[in-house]
Amino acid sequence: MSGAQSLRPEDYQRRQETLAGWPVGIVSYRIGDRYHCQVDNVSPGARLARGEGASREEAERQALDKAREMLARTRTFPTG
Amino acid sequence: MTDYAHPEFLVDLDWVAAHGMDPKVRVVEVDVDTSAYDQGHIPGAIAWNWTNQLCDTVRREILSKTEFERLMSESGIDNDTTVILYGDNNNWFAAWALWQMKIYGHRDVRLMNGGRKKWLEAGRPLTTEVPTVVKTTYTAQEPDLSLRAFLPEVQQKSAARVVRLVDVRSPDEFTGKILAPPGLPETCQRGGHIPGAQNIPWGLACNEDGTFKSADELKALYTGKGITPDMPVIAYCRIGERSSHTWFVLKYLLGYPDVKNYDGSWTEWGNLVGAPIEKMAA
Repeated sequence: MSGAQSLRPEDYQRRQETLAGWPVGIVSYRIGDRYHCQVDNVSPGARLARGEGASREEAERQALDKAREMLARTRTFPTG
Repeated sequence: MTDYAHPEFLVDLDWVAAHGMDPKVRVVEVDVDTSAYDQGHIPGAIAWNWTNQLCDTVRREILSKTEFERLMSESGIDNDTTVILYGDNNNWFAAWALWQMKIYGHRDVRLMNGGRKKWLEAGRPLTTEVPTVVKTTYTAQEPDLSLRAFLPEVQQKSAARVVRLVDVRSPDEFTGKILAPPGLPETCQRGGHIPGAQNIPWGLACNEDGTFKSADELKALYTGKGITPDMPVIAYCRIGERSSHTWFVLKYLLGYPDVKNYDGSWTEWGNLVGAPIEKMAA
C-alpha cells in the first residue's frame, strides 16, 4: 500500500451550461491537491470528457475543450 | 428504500461505510474505464472495466460462464460474497454488471444508491490503495436467459404487440434527430425506435443526486406510460447499459415479474436491413 493516499473529495460543484449547442453538465471537485472535472451531455447523461489540473479552471478548461470538440461532431437529422 | 419491492438490492452510503471492508463483502467500482477509480475510490473497492472485463468484444457478447467465473475468482468473490456495485453515470455500468451477475446466478449483489456521484458529493473518504485480492473458487450457474432478450424475441413479440418495449434513450435519439448521444460516435445507420416502444429516458428514474426516486414516483412514471406489471417488458437503449439501469428499476425496485434487457439494443436494430422503425415523438 506504499504510495496510497487516504483522501476526501472537496469543493464539489455541479452546474449546467450549453456547449456547442448542447446542454452539458459540468462537475468539478478536488481530491488532494488536484482538481478534477467531468463533462456529461445532459440528455442522456453520458460522460464526454474529463480534465485534471492544479486549479478548477485548468481542469474545467481541459474537459470543456475536449467535450466541445466532440459535441461539434454531432449531426442532426430531420424527424417526423 | 423500504417501499421498494426488493429493497435488499440497494444499500446506502452509510451501509457501505460500515460494511465495505467486511470479509464477506466485496465493493466494486464499475465504469466504462477505470480512470475515475484511479483518481480515488471507496476504501476496499476493486475496479471492473466494462469495456474489457465485462464484455466479450470479439463476439459482442456478455462474458461466457467460464470467463465470468474467472472474473469472480480474480476479484476475490466467492458464491457467498455480498457484492456491492457502484459507479459513475448514476450506476449505468454498475447496473450492467448486476444484470450479468444475476444472469449467472450470483445470490447477493446490490447497488450503492447514488453511485460514485453521491459518494463524492457527500465528501466521503476515498483512497488510491488497490486492495490485495485472494483468488477464490467460483462456480456460476447456467445463464438465466429470462433476464435477457435477443433479437428474434424482440422482433416476434413487438410485431405481435405482446410485450411492452421501453426505449430508455433520450428523446432526440428516440425520434431519430441524432444517431447517438451528443458527442459520442454514431454506431447505427438509421435513427428512430422500434415500433410500439415507449420513450422513458433512464434518468427520469433518478433524483438529482443520483439516487433512485421513490417507489411511488417510479410507479407513476412507468404506469403513466402504460408500462405495467401485467405484461412482459423489454428495455433497450443503444448498447444495453442504460437499459440495464431501467431493467433494475422495473425488476427489483418495482418488482415487475417479467423484465428483460435487450442488450443488442439500437446498435443492432438500427443497423438491420429491412427492419421496421418509427420516428415520431413519444
